[in-house]
Amino acid sequence: MSIVLSAMDWWQMLGHFLSLSLLAVGGAIATAPDMHRYLVEQQHWLSQSQFSASMALAQAAPGPNLLFIPLMGWNVGVNSAGGTASGMAAWPWGLLGVATSMVGMLLPSTTLTLAAARWGHRNRERLGVRAFKSGMAPIVIGLLGATGWILSHAQDRAGNNWPLWLLTIAVTLLVWRTRIHLLWLLAAGGLLGWFGLV
Amino acid sequence: MSMRPSSKSDLFWSFSWLALQGFGGVLAVVQRVLVEEKQWLSREEFVEDWAVAQILPGPNVVNLSLILGDRYFGTSGALLAMAGMLFFPLLIVLAMVLLYSGVADQPQIQGALRGMGSVTAGLITATGFKLLPALKNNPIGQKLSWLFVAWGFVAIALLRIPLVWVLLSLGGLSCTLAYRALRQVRAPATGTRAKP
Repeated sequence: MSIVLSAMDWWQMLGHFLSLSLLAVGGAIATAPDMHRYLVEQQHWLSQSQFSASMALAQAAPGPNLLFIPLMGWNVGVNSAGGTASGMAAWPWGLLGVATSMVGMLLPSTTLTLAAARWGHRNRERLGVRAFKSGMAPIVIGLLGATGWILSHAQDRAGNNWPLWLLTIAVTLLVWRTRIHLLWLLAAGGLLGWFGLV
Repeated sequence: MSMRPSSKSDLFWSFSWLALQGFGGVLAVVQRVLVEEKQWLSREEFVEDWAVAQILPGPNVVNLSLILGDRYFGTSGALLAMAGMLFFPLLIVLAMVLLYSGVADQPQIQGALRGMGSVTAGLITATGFKLLPALKNNPIGQKLSWLFVAWGFVAIALLRIPLVWVLLSLGGLSCTLAYRALRQVRAPATGTRAKP
């Protein structure tokens, strides 16, 4: 895929990521639908298959799941330099895309988080701050359970893959009750999937 | 807080190592390493910081790394912890784009991703279970806070209500109850102080 991006377009992309940053309540993944709408449908800077591949690769890589964002920036940058056919000549543009997307996505939320966390820590004895933290604690624990539930559903697309559910339940019990290293479990899950057992 | 990072480089490398172990989500690793192994945080402190990181906009684990890094070493600590969380994973994911863009459609790769995804689901659920005891001393009482856990799960997992609304409604109710409970604890204390 090859596209033409003017300097104005780069600023617009930065502006879009800046505006999404403060909307990412509940994690970066919450902004994925809007990125699809903007980058794929509206601007045609990113192909559908590049969008899907960015999501899948970010899932497979270690680290926070926001990594799909710099991957999309990378793809847009490479597209603007003539696509993957341009080889290494497109890399600087890919890196510009990475920088644009990361700065846009992180600058507003980072600034707000630091300011809010400091205010909260200075005022940690205040009734309101203590009530907020202890009141929200049960909700976010429930949210962890819900995230696990939704992730299991997302893996089981056909809706009848009981070995996948069994694997999730087994891992839940093992991590909850033992101190087994998490990387062993991930490797085991990867192998079971590789050989088509789950 | 019994322990803390010994230096800024300890902070950076600790978060880098955490991030590199987190396939499909870093939170389970953060809980395991920072609370259980390094003991930089108690379970209760972790739940409170996680609540703040989760509710503020932005990527949750990045918010958490900012909050913790800032507490230990100020602004530079916050930025170092965030850099640790992001730098090496970013390099790896970019290398993956360059090397493996052709193999994403292979059924084995798809299968491995599916298997690892199911493991991740278990890791996150287990982290939730491990944090439940932190609610023992919650001002609204253990029973009521467990009820809020259940309601939160039902609202998000089963009813699929958007997170913002759940935080505003259930979270608002829970915080109000906590506020009233904390005020009742504090009120008699100020009363005794007023006496000569």
